[in-house]
Amino acid sequence: MLKQIDGSYAVGEAVALCRPQVVSCYPITPQTHIVESLGKLVKSGELADCSFMNMESEFGAMSACIGSSAAGSRTYTATSSQGMLFMSEAVYNASGMGLPIVMTVGNRAVGSPINIWNDHSDAMSVRDAGWIQLFVENNQQAIDVHIQAFRLAESLGLPVMVNMDGFILTHAYVRVDMPEQEQVDKFLPVFKPFQKLDPQSPITMGALVGPEAFTEVRMLAHSRMERALELIPAQAEEFANIFGRNAGGLVQKHYDDETGVEAETVLVTMGSVIGTAKEVITEMREMGESVNAVTLRTYRPFPAQALREAVIGAKRVVVLEKSFTPGMGGIVYQDVLAALNGTGIEVQSVIAGLGGRPVTRKSIRTLFAGCDERSNGHGFEVLDLDNTTMDRELAREASVLDRII
Amino acid sequence: MQSQILHFPAKEAMIIGQQTGDRTISNRLADTADSLQGAAERSNALDSGHRACQGCGEALGARHAIDTALDTTDGELVVVNATGCLEVFSTPYPQSAWRTPWIHSLFGNAAAVASGVAQSFRIQGKENVRVIAQGGDGGTTDIGMGCLSGMFERNEDVLYICYNNEAYMNTGVQRSSQTPGAARTATTMPVGEHPGNRFGTGKSVPKIAMAHGIPYVATANIANPRDLEAKVRKAMSIRGARYIEVFVPCPLGWGTASCDTIKVARQALNCGLTPLYEAEYGEITAVNKIAPSETVGAYLKSQRRFAHVFKRGNEHQLEAIQAIADANIRAFDLVESK
Repeated sequence: MLKQIDGSYAVGEAVALCRPQVVSCYPITPQTHIVESLGKLVKSGELADCSFMNMESEFGAMSACIGSSAAGSRTYTATSSQGMLFMSEAVYNASGMGLPIVMTVGNRAVGSPINIWNDHSDAMSVRDAGWIQLFVENNQQAIDVHIQAFRLAESLGLPVMVNMDGFILTHAYVRVDMPEQEQVDKFLPVFKPFQKLDPQSPITMGALVGPEAFTEVRMLAHSRMERALELIPAQAEEFANIFGRNAGGLVQKHYDDETGVEAETVLVTMGSVIGTAKEVITEMREMGESVNAVTLRTYRPFPAQALREAVIGAKRVVVLEKSFTPGMGGIVYQDVLAALNGTGIEVQSVIAGLGGRPVTRKSIRTLFAGCDERSNGHGFEVLDLDNTTMDRELAREASVLDRII
Repeated sequence: MQSQILHFPAKEAMIIGQQTGDRTISNRLADTADSLQGAAERSNALDSGHRACQGCGEALGARHAIDTALDTTDGELVVVNATGCLEVFSTPYPQSAWRTPWIHSLFGNAAAVASGVAQSFRIQGKENVRVIAQGGDGGTTDIGMGCLSGMFERNEDVLYICYNNEAYMNTGVQRSSQTPGAARTATTMPVGEHPGNRFGTGKSVPKIAMAHGIPYVATANIANPRDLEAKVRKAMSIRGARYIEVFVPCPLGWGTASCDTIKVARQALNCGLTPLYEAEYGEITAVNKIAPSETVGAYLKSQRRFAHVFKRGNEHQLEAIQAIADANIRAFDLVESK
């Protein structure tokens, strides 16, 4: 059914169609509307047989999810930014115990300085937690990917994080096609946990594992991730057959090139920024420029092979990302660099959109214009950096810090 | 003061036989069992072969509590455990000492995990499955305090049991909010002008639990296992959030002989330092009277963590601890009037 609806409410409705049994909630901007919408659906009875838990913190919210999922219920929560950091100990715990929790992340910067706007720092802070991390580029994909996320989580015994850009998607009123309950029920079977807390068949979960087995446990987690690389495209195809829409899989290549003629420059992005980028790239392609774009819809497990296949033949790949590690540079860039190692493709790193700074068409044009000057394989460029402020503040810092040396 | 949620009225449950015979623990040699632990067919929730230290008060407390809960629920029980000694010594992979579904998640989240388990069973229509969360004083009264308070305030159908041995024992005896004044721990060494732990304001989590107005709060002491058993039994007869704090000596952390765990626990009980009481919906409903047969001095003397209290110049420390016991005796009217 077509609806003009706020991204958060769209996700709330999509999650409700998945018939979650326990939803734990703690407010944090910009995801709050998602759990609000679910709270309303539970209270009104539209979402039946669901417990909506108002928790005392994000740490408590993820912990309640752990208990609920371990006891065999389909479980959902959502968070952002500082909330992700506050729950991160439990985030690692959920994946370590193989609990198929689904969590939406309304991606937001991490402070200090406190900032409520969008970038990918929160997702990156738990990059190594062992969760499957999916990134969506628009609200229709947000709906569709949530439905796939429950199926994926429950077929693997791994938690799945669906990342959608805070405000840019969560707060955007756009037209979406909301699936029918029958379609969702056809795609997503009733949750049957691999193991659960059950007095009829007692198990111990969360035992202490020493050096004699810890490495093997980690490798088992990796092997589940590798299975995800097979399952994600397979389930995406099944989804497309039932819902009549493609919601992407591992990576998405946005323009078809003539067979054997690959674009010279390929932009690699995650999340919603591709929307703006495509406007520029479409224009450039019409002008005869050799450019293409690939989005990583799956970030963990990292789809290295799918990415190589999507960009092979290109002269250079430019990684445009909304995450940054001080002292190093781009984060996604490092993954892409490793994935393309040995292909001879030049990989460039561009940072943009930190703390909600808009990535405009003008910024994207600047990005492409700088391709020939950027160094190969190291260093990074920051789009739309205010050089006046930087120069002034660096000089001020030097006046203090140099004195200390 | 009233609880916001009064859906689960406390059922009547009798506490019986609490003073006689408590000098024998788990006496299976008696002709007739006068407690679950005395019964040959008891469930043995925490099986033998676990790796607790000799004389561990926590292991004893946990076995008595969980056995009782298993008995009251006819085995329909799930246990959530905070990180700590009890978790580490009972579940070193690939072994587990638990004969009940059991989950350990983190140090500070047992109350929230248990909340999730309880809601999960409720929504599945399995309200016969009951949930217990348990942890030490560090995991409960310090790092787990936020989740615990949330569990209380939402009146989750969970019994939380805290085994209080007054320090972080699993990490090597560091101070917790439950460490008494003057006590030696690895982070409050008996050196300098004020040896041992500083005398703070104290932190009574049973009273904090009572301030939430939850249906049932009780304190217990491993020196009186029948009382502990009766309190767990009563707690399991009630729905909603419940809290029991069990006083459990730690031979390693306190510097006591392994054979003296019960003796030391009884000294603490009988000198007034660990008042035993029950409360329903925020009001105290019963207090265990004591015959003050032990002095604070005797209790402290049996523990190496208080050795410096008896050195010349530290008399004020002994007096300060005696003052706490005296205040308890007055506040709870602990002494049986003749």
